[in-house]
Amino acid sequence: MRGDRGGVRRRKDGRTEGRKGRSRRVRLVELAHARSGDKGDTANVGLIALKPEYYPILVEQVTAARVARHFQGMITGPVERYELPNLHALNFLLHGALDGGGTMSLKTDAQGKVFSTALLRLELDIAVPR
Amino acid sequence: MTPRRGQPTVRIAAGQGFWGDWLEAPYRQVTGGPIDYLMMDYLAEVTMSILQKQKSRDPTLGYATDFLPLTERLLPLLVTRRIKVTANAGGVNPRACAAAVAETARRLGLAGKVRIGVVTGDDLLGRLDGLLARGHALTNLDTGRPLHEVRDRVLSANAYLGAWPVAAALRQHADVVITGRVTDTGLTLAPMIHAFGWGPDAWDLLAAGTVAGHTIECGAQCSGGNCLVDWETIPDLANVGYPLVEAHPDGTFELAKHPGTGGRITVAGVTEQLVYEMGDPTAYITPDCVADFTTIRLEQAGKDRVRVSGVRGRPATDKLKVSIAYFYGYKAVGTLVYAWPDAYRKAQAADRVLRQRLADLGLQFEAIVTEFVGADATHGPLARNSLALDELPEVQLRVGVRSPDKAAVERFTREIAPLILNGPPSVTGFAGGRPRPEEIVAYWPALIDKQVVEPCVEIVEV
Repeated sequence: MRGDRGGVRRRKDGRTEGRKGRSRRVRLVELAHARSGDKGDTANVGLIALKPEYYPILVEQVTAARVARHFQGMITGPVERYELPNLHALNFLLHGALDGGGTMSLKTDAQGKVFSTALLRLELDIAVPR
Repeated sequence: MTPRRGQPTVRIAAGQGFWGDWLEAPYRQVTGGPIDYLMMDYLAEVTMSILQKQKSRDPTLGYATDFLPLTERLLPLLVTRRIKVTANAGGVNPRACAAAVAETARRLGLAGKVRIGVVTGDDLLGRLDGLLARGHALTNLDTGRPLHEVRDRVLSANAYLGAWPVAAALRQHADVVITGRVTDTGLTLAPMIHAFGWGPDAWDLLAAGTVAGHTIECGAQCSGGNCLVDWETIPDLANVGYPLVEAHPDGTFELAKHPGTGGRITVAGVTEQLVYEMGDPTAYITPDCVADFTTIRLEQAGKDRVRVSGVRGRPATDKLKVSIAYFYGYKAVGTLVYAWPDAYRKAQAADRVLRQRLADLGLQFEAIVTEFVGADATHGPLARNSLALDELPEVQLRVGVRSPDKAAVERFTREIAPLILNGPPSVTGFAGGRPRPEEIVAYWPALIDKQVVEPCVEIVEV
């Protein structure tokens, strides 16, 4: 994630200044809620903006590539993303997330029920209004 | 899209979200306010294989046995209140389930007052070799492997039927419709098809009913249960109200719950349920239609009331999904709890000792998975990196193994307890005794041409 922040300088108060103006680092849990489930060895995470105005931030920043980096070491397959603008929601498919899934899996979370909140740990830099 | 005055509304109540759901829920749905239909979903992917095994031992079994005491408690009320039931409690033996329900009804003095509809035709186990011989490969949708590779280990094979055979049973005046593997959504859509006379190519309406089914198929998950948004302020989950669909002929519907019940129905909570177990939201494929979840409009229509409209659908595909279960191998999971100080490091050390002993014994496993519950079991490195690991009050070491070799898994189960006395210190939590090896019944999803599956509807008079 650090690699994303070229040209950005962190200030003492945790805010940053860069080419795009001032920004603030937030955890996704401040912008969205989520629910997750399983289909075989794939976990799905539905990510829902807490306010409609947060949805464009999710679309821009919570990309499939970003989510794949977030879950590095926890999933073995690719990440797909779908948009549901009508529900201010994104749907992520995390392939190879469940050690085979269903009855096969040896994991506590064999059905991917809490990948939802794991995604909400993601940190974003969002613009602060001047 | 508000329904016109005078149009009928059909009230469909969710009573069970899975086999094992709250036993009080169906009773409360029937007694807590007016409903027309009670919908109960019992079947998960693996349930069918468990039921198939029970049926092979006793030909009168193979259905969700929980359904019988429930029927006993509810049938008199259902008859008095003219509430109809759609339930996939029939598992792999819907006829036996129907016979047992009929016997219960007679015992309750309800002879002549209950018609039971039975939907079968989903069970392909007996037809499997014929289908394979005729070129239906039943290729695994996830792995691309052909079924013949595991044919000798197949335990059950069921096509997912949709709403139409259930609607046909309702048309024949069934009061209780008992099915095998009918989709969860079909159990809710069928009453709408029946009540509103929707046609087989009314794709938008069928999609709307499918969305209605998806929102209530997990019971309270759409009315405050397992709801993350504002979770701490959701009132009275002890008396959570399971959801109702109030459906209109134009495909719009409201989600609601009985007055005086706990839980909450909001746009945000319903959205959580809509995205649950979602794939491509533009193509939610069922036997009945392809629903586009990106067309759904939600609005808060009052306290604990959400209106759903705008749903668009496309023609159904010419395939049915088939759920196949086959024997895979064995697994076991063992746990021990380590206490402060250094709880995490002690658990790590115990894991290293255990793994070395398993290796020294020459045991072969397809997988060994270690989790440290309290540190990383659910969120992996995302959590571990943000914790003061040295200060954790306790950590549960949880090790699971999987193997085709039952003897290896059995030996693993005997290697946990010795660690209490011959491994790292401050260990407890072995009250449950030695873990048991479990058989793994794995899931094999496939597709089959719709035309080779023939749903069958029968009526049993009580």
